[in-house]
Parts: sequence; C-alpha cells; structure tokens
Amino acid sequence: MGNNRRNFLKTLGVVGGSLTFGKSLAAPSGKTENTKEFYGILYDSTRCVGCQSCELACAEAYGFPPPEDYPEAGVLRKTNTSQRVVVNAFETDLGEQYMRSACNHCSSPACASACLTKAMLKTEEGPVIWREDKCMGCRSCMIACPFNVPKFEYDSPNPKIQKCRMCYEKLREGEMPECVSACPAEAMLFGKRRELIEIARERIYTDPDTYHHEIYGEHEAGGTGVLYITAVPPEELGLRTDVWNVSYPEHNKTFLYSVPAVLVLWPAFMLGLRNASDEVKNNLKKS
Amino acid sequence: MYREPNTSLFKFWLSELKPKGKILTPFNIIAALTILAAAVILFFRFSKGLGTVVHPDQDRPWGLWINFNVITGVAFAGGAYVVTFMVYILGLEKYRSIVRATVLYALLAYIFYAGALLLDLGRPWKVINPIIGNSFGISAVLFLVAWHFILYMGSLLIEFLPTATEWATLKRSRRFFGAMTLAVVIFGIALSTLHQSGVGALFLMSEPKIHPLWYSEFIPILFFISSIFAGLSLVIILETIGQGVFKEHMSSSHRKAHGKVMMSLARVCSISMFVYLFMVMLVFIHGKDYASFGGGWGAWYLVEILGFVLLPCLLFLFGYKQANLTLIRVAAAMSIVGIILNRLNISTISFNWFDHSLHWPTWMEMVVSVAVIFVQLLVFRWIVRRMPVYRESPGWVSNLGKQKRSLETTNKWRNKKWKASA
Repeated sequence: MGNNRRNFLKTLGVVGGSLTFGKSLAAPSGKTENTKEFYGILYDSTRCVGCQSCELACAEAYGFPPPEDYPEAGVLRKTNTSQRVVVNAFETDLGEQYMRSACNHCSSPACASACLTKAMLKTEEGPVIWREDKCMGCRSCMIACPFNVPKFEYDSPNPKIQKCRMCYEKLREGEMPECVSACPAEAMLFGKRRELIEIARERIYTDPDTYHHEIYGEHEAGGTGVLYITAVPPEELGLRTDVWNVSYPEHNKTFLYSVPAVLVLWPAFMLGLRNASDEVKNNLKKS
Repeated sequence: MYREPNTSLFKFWLSELKPKGKILTPFNIIAALTILAAAVILFFRFSKGLGTVVHPDQDRPWGLWINFNVITGVAFAGGAYVVTFMVYILGLEKYRSIVRATVLYALLAYIFYAGALLLDLGRPWKVINPIIGNSFGISAVLFLVAWHFILYMGSLLIEFLPTATEWATLKRSRRFFGAMTLAVVIFGIALSTLHQSGVGALFLMSEPKIHPLWYSEFIPILFFISSIFAGLSLVIILETIGQGVFKEHMSSSHRKAHGKVMMSLARVCSISMFVYLFMVMLVFIHGKDYASFGGGWGAWYLVEILGFVLLPCLLFLFGYKQANLTLIRVAAAMSIVGIILNRLNISTISFNWFDHSLHWPTWMEMVVSVAVIFVQLLVFRWIVRRMPVYRESPGWVSNLGKQKRSLETTNKWRNKKWKASA
C-alpha cells in the first residue's frame, strides 16, 4: 500500500510538473481564460400554439417576405433562403402539436468545422453565424450539417448562405432574438444554455405527466444551443433522433490526426523502399 | 517535331500552335459543339446564378460538377501515383513506358477538375481565402484537400516538365527537372495518399444523412484503396484507346510492350480489388446490420459491390491467367462504372436517402460536365501529338543520363568516404 501511494505521488509529481511546464510553454502570456457561456433558446412545444409570430418577426427583421403558408399536419414545411424559422404541425396521440425548426446552434458545429475559410463561425456568445466576406460558396457546411440547416441562394450570381443567426447583433447589445420576444405564448426562453437546461429539467420534474422526459438538444450532436422539451417523443415532431450524441467534428478527428504522421513517415518509408529495391537490382546484376 | 537548337522558343511555340491532323472529324465536331454549348451555359451560370443551370437542391448541395468531375475524377487520376510508385520506388521498369501518359493524364485531370470546382463555387472570387489571408479553416477536411490539390498539381507539373523540355530542346532545364523527379514523386505519392482518402473524409460528418450501407468511418480508407484500381483501370482504357488513336506518335517499343504491361496492371487491379472487397466485408461485419438492406437499397448496394467490383475483380484475374486482353479491357470498363457508381451513391444517390426523392442533374449540368472532359482530352491530344509522351525521347537525353551520377556510383563514393574516415 505504502509503496503504491509513494508511486502514485511520484507519478502525480511527474505528471503535474510536466503539465505546468507544458502549459507555460503552450499558453501565450496574457491570454485570459474564456469565462463566457453560450447563450441558447429553450423551446417548449407544449406552450406553442402555432401562431407563426416568430416567423413573421424574423421575416420583418431581416427583410424577407412574410410567410404565405401555415402549419398543417401532414405537410412538412422547410426553412429556405427567405425563411429562417418555420413552425410545423404534427398529428399525435395528444392532438395537434407544433414544432419549430431553425438552426440549432450546436455547441461544436459540424458546419463550422467543415468550413475551409472560417466563414461559418461559432461565436463565443453562442450563435453560429455566416460571414459573407469569408465564404467561397463551396457548400461543405450543407454537406456536414446533420440538420440540413444552411440554405444556398441558387438564384443569385452573388449567392449567400442563409440560416438563423440567433440575431447575433441584437444579442451583442444585450437584447433577445426577434422570435423569442415576439412569441405571445412564451413558448421560447432565451438565456444561458446551462440555465435553460435547469429550467427545462424543473419543468419536467414539476409536471412529469405533461412532458416527455427528455431534453432534445442536451446531448444531440454534442449539445445544441436550441433546446426542446415536448409532450410526445421528439421523433413524432420531426426531430431527428438518429444524429450522433457526440460533437460532429469528432468524426474527422482520426483522419485529421493521421495526416501529419502519414506526411512524415510515408516519404521516409518510400525512400527506404527505393534504396532497398535499388540494392536488390544491383545484387541481381552482379550475380 | 522537336525544336531545332537555333530557332527561337517563341517561333517554335507559334509554329506548334497550328493544329495537326484532320480538323473535321466526328470527334472534333461533337467536342466543339459541346464546348460551345457549355460556354453559353456558363455565361448564364455566372450572370444569373447557379440555379439557372443546375438542379437547385438544398438537401443535396453538390451536383454533377463536384460529385462527378471532382470527386469521381480525382479517383481516376489516381493512376499517376500508383504507376510512379511502381516505377520510381519499387523500381519495376516494365511500367516505365506508361509513366508519361499517366502523369500527363493526371496533371490535366487535376487542372480541369479543379477548374470544374471553380465553376461550382457559389462565390469563386473568394477562392483565394483559404490560400492566402487570415481565413485558414484548418479543422476542415476540405482545407486539407484543397491544399493537397494545389501542391499535387505542382508535383505533377514538375514530373511532366522533362517531357516538355525534351520537346523544346531545353537541355539544361531537362536535366534540372529530371533531377527533381524522385523528390516530387515521393512528395506526390504522400499527397495522393492523403487527398484520395481526404475526398472520402469530406463525407465523414454526413453520418445520418448517407445511407448506412455506404456510410462508415472507414470511408477514407475505402476511397484510398479504390483509387488504386480506379486509376489503373483508367490507365488500361487510356492505353487501349491510345494504341488506336496515337499509333503514329507511338514508339515501336511502347507498342510492343502494351500487352505485357496491361497483363501486369490487370493483376495489380485484381489484387487491389480483392483487398478492397475484404475491407468492405470487414466494415460490413463490424458495423452494419441486415436491416439496412430493406427498401431496394440492399439490392442497389449488391449491384455495386458484386456486379461492379467482385465481377471485374474476377475478370481481371481470368484475363491475366488466360492472357486475354479483351477480358481485361471489359473488366477495366466495368470497374470504372463501379467507381462512378460508388462515388455517386455516397455523394448523391444515397445522400439524404430518407427523403425518398432522387436527385437528377439538369441536361445543362451534364453538358458542362462532358465539356470539361472534352477539353481535357483535346489538350491531352494536343500534347501527345507534339511532345515525347508515347514517343521515344530525343537522342540527346540518353547522353544526359550518362553524365548523371547513378545511385550505384553514389553508393561507391559514399563507401569510399566512409572507409577513409574510419
């Protein structure tokens, strides 16, 4: 036991020492740790009445035409280049239920890690935003997004990627996103993601018969900024339950980590192979 | 033919610009009409937006130009890294006769397919962002692929320049670029390994969107292995066509070696296809279930794997055993179809498969896709008719070789030095 503890302490000392040493080498001086928390939206489908106020507010704020269709069970409306948020109706055992669909603002978004110009950016406030001056229009973000959120303006010679940006500019001024403040039924809550999860849990615990016992978005795609609580299982409201519960950039990790190794070891191996094959040939010639 | 040492480079270039061979052939007419149509289509694409000519699909954002020309085309350009590996690294001299044509094909493939990429970019004037400036998205697989494309294009160009300098009788440059060959070959093979698999890695994050029969975390490895036989199958077809079309530009030794080289390539294809099938089986046993065979997808998957990988694999093997060139050519054509099927299945057909809608490219997309290939073939022909691609190198090149220190003498010299110091 004593021996074990000594070993343990020794290991701890070595590891700790190397950690502090490593840290002092790695971290540039003067950089403070980021203490900001991601903001998000909690959507409570049991409160939503499907009035489209959020759609209207969003269209008005960003200069899009007001929506002409309305939520209807059996019809799946999708977001598009001139509509960043839609509300859909679904027929369930509990009658007609509504579900909102827009960018989920993932904590570590697939779209941003697929972007080779950093045009898609996860801001430190939480919104995932698209930046016009960076984007070259390759549409990798659309390939990567598990929720098919980014939309491309096919009809423009100077196309943009359109998606919800959680009203990033308003958020920086300390205001709420348009859709949240426009909701008359208080189906949406805006706040820090951590606090929203607590509120969602509290709602489920205090009213366990109304809610399905799951917060959609807590783990999906490694956690999303928009969280959903529902009366019925989320898949009945068109939410995708087959997405990974780990952050999407993890998919690329093994491949990207193997790149430097291959780039260094493979040429060295080939040089060796070439010398070896030369040697064999020379030996054959001599014999 | 070759530049006389006393004519100026510019005059030589001008005289070579003139077309050689008959102009009004069916191939030329079809190619010219297609390219003309593509030019008109592209005018509308750039003035009115992509959606006026391509299928504007929000759920399958990459159309024919990326999924066929770039993603599939790059696999077919894989022949260059495989052949240069066999000749320069393994020292298999029997493949030397096909190195130049293969490298030229790959160089043009990368140039024109990267060009197709530019056509498809929504905002092509920003393409400079990932290359210079402060917009390095280094966590993106596409960033790696883009850089590897650029670097590999440079490598292929340097691999090809000895041929061009022989044509223009630039002896010093010929020696300079010839000396660089081994280095760029090794660099190029490393780059190819990574971007052939990287093209597959582009789809790693599309996890629930690609049908489970085609999606696996091993897509990069499968793409890499399949690029070996994709590239070689294309070399077989290219050489076969070259035997007929470029007869008068081909040295007799090249023509004689043809059958033997094709046999050896068939064997390499067969083995690499077997490895590929084995990997596919491993991936299947470990990560998939038979439930995903439902809804017609399973049958379609089996068509690809059994019909266009296993069958050509066996045909290659029989063709090699029975020394049957026709069988080998059929196998090569089939495995090319198989690669097209595989790449399109992953990138388009089974992409967002739960939608139950099929993505069809527009006819305008197809015209541009074909036009890109026509331009590549025309440039290929222009070069083959002028430069020593299939032809014997001019006589002065072998004299250059004598002046070069062979590896053997280098080793002798090194051993002497070692002994002296010891």
